[in-house]
Amino acid sequence: MKSAVIIFPGSNCDRDMDVALKKFGFKNEMVWHDDEQLPKSDLIVLPGGFSYGDYLRCGSIAGKSKIIKSVIDFAAKGGLVLGICNGFQILTETGLLPGVLQQNKNIEFICKNVFVKVNNKNNKYFNSIDKDVLELHIAHNEGNYFCTNDELKMLKDNNLIAVSYCNEKGEVNEKSNPNGALQNIAGIFNKEKNILGMMPHPERMIDKYLSGEDGSIFFKNLINNIK
Amino acid sequence: MLVNEKIAIEHGLKSDEYKKICQLLKRTPNITELGIFSAMWNEHCSYKSSRKHLKNLHTQGKRVIQGPGENAGVIDVDDEDAIVFKIESHNHPSFIEPYQGAATGVGGIMRDVFTMGARPIANLNSIHFGSTQHKKTKNLLRGVVKGIGGYGNCIGVPTIGGQTCFDESYNGNILVNAMTLGLVNKKKIFYSKAAGIGKPVIYVGSKTGRDGIHGASMASAVFDDKIEEKKPTVQVGDPFTEKLLLEACLELMADDSIISIQDMGAAGLTSSSIEMASKGKLGIELDLSKVPCREEKMTPYEIMLSESQERMLIVLENGKEENAKKIFDKWDLDFAVIGKTTTSKKIELYFDSKKVADIPIDFLAEDAPEYDRKWKKTKLPQKIKFKKENFKSLKINNCLIKLLSNPNICEKKWIWNQYDHTVMGDTIQKPGGDAGVVRIHGTEKAVAASVDSSATYCFAHPLTGGKQVVCESWRNLISVGAEPIAITNCLNFGNPEKEKNMGEFVECVQGISEACKYLDFPVVSGNVSFYNETKDKGIKPTPSIGGVGLLKNYKNILTMDLKNEGNVILAIGKTEGHIDQSVFARSILNEKKGPPPEINLFNEKNNGSTVMKLMKEKLILSCRDVSLGGILIAIAKMCIKGKKGVKLNKLKSLINKFEFFFSEDQGRYIIEVSKKNLKKVENILKENSVHFDNLGEVQKDNYINIDSEKISVDELSKHNKNWLMEYMAQ
Repeated sequence: MKSAVIIFPGSNCDRDMDVALKKFGFKNEMVWHDDEQLPKSDLIVLPGGFSYGDYLRCGSIAGKSKIIKSVIDFAAKGGLVLGICNGFQILTETGLLPGVLQQNKNIEFICKNVFVKVNNKNNKYFNSIDKDVLELHIAHNEGNYFCTNDELKMLKDNNLIAVSYCNEKGEVNEKSNPNGALQNIAGIFNKEKNILGMMPHPERMIDKYLSGEDGSIFFKNLINNIK
Repeated sequence: MLVNEKIAIEHGLKSDEYKKICQLLKRTPNITELGIFSAMWNEHCSYKSSRKHLKNLHTQGKRVIQGPGENAGVIDVDDEDAIVFKIESHNHPSFIEPYQGAATGVGGIMRDVFTMGARPIANLNSIHFGSTQHKKTKNLLRGVVKGIGGYGNCIGVPTIGGQTCFDESYNGNILVNAMTLGLVNKKKIFYSKAAGIGKPVIYVGSKTGRDGIHGASMASAVFDDKIEEKKPTVQVGDPFTEKLLLEACLELMADDSIISIQDMGAAGLTSSSIEMASKGKLGIELDLSKVPCREEKMTPYEIMLSESQERMLIVLENGKEENAKKIFDKWDLDFAVIGKTTTSKKIELYFDSKKVADIPIDFLAEDAPEYDRKWKKTKLPQKIKFKKENFKSLKINNCLIKLLSNPNICEKKWIWNQYDHTVMGDTIQKPGGDAGVVRIHGTEKAVAASVDSSATYCFAHPLTGGKQVVCESWRNLISVGAEPIAITNCLNFGNPEKEKNMGEFVECVQGISEACKYLDFPVVSGNVSFYNETKDKGIKPTPSIGGVGLLKNYKNILTMDLKNEGNVILAIGKTEGHIDQSVFARSILNEKKGPPPEINLFNEKNNGSTVMKLMKEKLILSCRDVSLGGILIAIAKMCIKGKKGVKLNKLKSLINKFEFFFSEDQGRYIIEVSKKNLKKVENILKENSVHFDNLGEVQKDNYINIDSEKISVDELSKHNKNWLMEYMAQ
């Protein structure tokens, strides 16, 4: 299975994503933001970081970069596009996903493990994952998801809220919301569910000696579903 | 502008220093030249008060590849790998403008490390603030933490540890010391020494602006009422540009086009160009009209003294310019050939085709003043005789709660949750342990690092305090399972022109040196920050020690959380009951006098080495060194982390239980051992003549049982975890 990770100036989780994808069997290639063409891939990843310094708004300049046109085309043809953290922010800026990511409610950067509830398994990303609750890691300053009432209704009606912040038992409540995100939204799909944007970093949870291994479950499952 | 003595003094030079400049040059310097002299001769760049004493530091060791004198120190960590590391202060700017001051401190130290060809893999910091009651403390803390996070998080280097202290002596001068570790291939280390004649000198990175002019001079003077006016001397950081600069430099370093490279830190273009030329015993010629400027009509004086961030100076091999430029163009960074190396052994500056400065390099570097300042020894204070009544009304439970919620002991999660500590995917031990640990990417090895200071001890007796900080660092590394290798030191002191402060410096350095030598734990890099003084009030002497150690296999890491019920808890090292200068004496008995705990280097080394032996035999299940608050605080933290309780044995000691549990005697560790291995462990300890006490057993229920007292670990945990969050929320 082939994947490609796009490097924007200021991306800083590109290497981590490369390591994770390769660990679980992807043949991964790195793509520079200034390129026009994507390599032939089964999965495109927009990694975390501070693309273009996150100046103006997080992800906004990256959303206008040269390579993005090809990403939009790729997605339109049903290709899998995964945006993690800054990648999620970029996806909302391009309009591939609805809503915005605002500054965390406590106006502080947050770096810690969180639990997320998997709401929809009928897609390539979470299909056949046994667990309903995953322990992942967040590290962001702008992860506070927000969208209009219409957009929220659309997300809910179509079951597109991919993952929600919850506690260890899977209860989604205010206490388990780290950043003030609307309805604890941690990640969403587009209508076709080939695009997933989420704030938590699965690539930081692939080793029991590090933060944990629920990220491994995510990647193992993903590659199996693509095969 | 014509230069005279008055202008020289405004530049921070002393009257006789100005005279010496005129004598050396055999003429009056022009304003650009005066600016250059003032930048090179100030305390921050010239180490004029400290140099004499720093020479005595122990800097040799079998793993040392590069000791002090370069951008950072380098140590061998086996195979092809070396670790580049250094700690540096950014105290003065952080007090004036906490966010930018701290942010650029982090940026500066990372540049020092990647200048040598290393990719930064971990950041740490040591930050000191005034009393928690002081009106400025909260804002300064908030700003500094945001600044450190803002910079490190953006670059994508994990902040894996640090230290935060509060003490009223920092009310007018906070300390922000930032440390970075980088990983480099042993054969691809880059140095600042220029070589070869007629080689192009290249400027890369951000454009030069008017920010930070005289930053280094500001850091070489005390504060007065007008510090607000010094805001423009604080540099403004842009971590995004630094990230690009990091990637571009590492890309260029992949081949052999760089002869020497130096970041533009304190005193900017001045010190970087002069250091390169001085080390290479060459001259350098620069055309300042070619320097990329951010603002209009900048003068040569301003260009030479600007401390704009994210800039580097490179001496390239001839003919490599085009290829190098391509790399910097790719990363959208400025690239300009601004001069060349010469045989003149002078710095010659041109602007608009006119010569604007002409100074022999030696005048600026080797001939810079060196002072043998007067200093006063600090006498060892008399030991306090504590009486029975002192302890009469005390309860262990209350003491524990009070100490665990002490600002200097409580958990600092509020701080490190704001630092990205997991990016790069190699963080094995997150902040909150005795030391942070990161894996060496793609290998089984890992490096451990910690930062320590103990100003209270150093203030009471600088010689002992200096030794103690080194020992504490050594112990912290051992406690996570690492073999200690080397240290970097950041020496924060008051005004060296005062005999007392100078004495504190001299004796702390002496203590550091003695301990380093004995423990074979050399100093490989560091910096000195004097003049941490406001309106005649100086800080306590605060050497911060950044220690680095190696784990041959990261899977052998030790953590402090208690593992299993039924296991035995041993205290390694003798508990004498020294409570003078302990947190217990200071915050519970309200006694601030007395000597710090004595350092016995023989025991320190013997105890540490024996603990390492036990680790190699895989006999230790959890470990923590005994530091602030003593044995019971160490145990309480192990209980909190492991969510377990302990049943402690009846004391057989001659001292009372408060002295036993809360004294801060040195050279001690708490270890958890299985019953099955207990005999073996005891034998090894006895064979090595290490004193130990069997303290008790781990138990499943979440309580610390001492005699008839039963203390809830959950309750202790709440106090330990909540104090700082509640303080910051108020």
